[in-house]
Amino acid sequence: MTSLESAQRLQAQFLNLVSNPSEFRGELTVALADAEQISEVCGFAKKTLGFDYLVDISSVDNYGDDPRWTVVYELASLIHGCHLRLKTSVGEEKSELPTVTNIWKTADWHEREIYDMMGIRFRGHPDLRRILMWDGYPYFPLRKDFPLAGKPTELPDVAFTKPAPLEGGPFVTAAGGKDSVAREPRVRTTEI
Amino acid sequence: MQQNTEIGYNSKIEGEVVVTKLDSALNWFRKNSLWPMPMGLACCAIELMAAGASRFDIARFGSEVMRFSPRQSDLMIVAGTVTYKMAMAVRRIYDQMAEPKWVIAMGACASTGGMYRSYSVLQGVDNIVPVDVYVAGCPPRPEALLDALIKMQKKVETEPVFADLAIAAPFLKKS
Repeated sequence: MTSLESAQRLQAQFLNLVSNPSEFRGELTVALADAEQISEVCGFAKKTLGFDYLVDISSVDNYGDDPRWTVVYELASLIHGCHLRLKTSVGEEKSELPTVTNIWKTADWHEREIYDMMGIRFRGHPDLRRILMWDGYPYFPLRKDFPLAGKPTELPDVAFTKPAPLEGGPFVTAAGGKDSVAREPRVRTTEI
Repeated sequence: MQQNTEIGYNSKIEGEVVVTKLDSALNWFRKNSLWPMPMGLACCAIELMAAGASRFDIARFGSEVMRFSPRQSDLMIVAGTVTYKMAMAVRRIYDQMAEPKWVIAMGACASTGGMYRSYSVLQGVDNIVPVDVYVAGCPPRPEALLDALIKMQKKVETEPVFADLAIAAPFLKKS
């Protein structure tokens, strides 16, 4: 079974939920209209379509747009040797969707990382704690409204943070410069 | 025929006595047996391992005994990126080391935070422990670390050990 066949069978099973597959560089992506159904769709993808391997779950912060979050599931089948990407949106007020840890055990740490970095919660997760930052860190550092330099925090006997000196930065490389001097990282302001 | 000058200790000339200062003797012991606490946190640790292996051979300077216990080490080599999550652990290990103790900040990350101008990385390990020698490089070559070790030995050599002891224990003072 190819990626395209999988996407079509997924669409046939969940008629008004799963969008037409879009292709980019040989990879297929389908969008799921209702994030609440993610567990059912993933369960079907694993049990019936043979997507036995969850490669990754990632999240996107569409800051300023509604809905704010996009959660992306990378599915792979070692049986059929194919790949499928599943996208779904979550609003900021809710910031919550069902877990898929009951389908793939590996989702445990992926979901914890998303919770840690973005602050999206996964309902039904067995152990939703921070995974990279320490318990008690008050921010979600991968959000677009979190400053690159960080914010000062203090948690006695555990950890502290201070904003990093950016010296006018962030330093950005310029792609396509003709020599390394033109390409090297410098303070660059975006021209609008 | 070339004649070698006797510059070392010669028991035939001097008898079985060596005259020196207590400070010099103590510092000589210390500087030639700086046992490192390898605080390997990132890729610099690989270069630290290379410095310990046969090609560069840190044993030539008496520092081959990498002690993974802070109680037995004199010199903390902070090799790598110190994250805020790790910072308290580094400080705790430094606190557990017995005096006298020294610190080498190996590489750009340990010295200044390096390329990580970010929310998660401590901007230089000197924010939490006193650093004696900074090594530039990303990562520094083993030669650079050995150079830092020689500089560290030079610094150890000049420390007034007995005077410091006399401050800590006044009864040692000459009456």
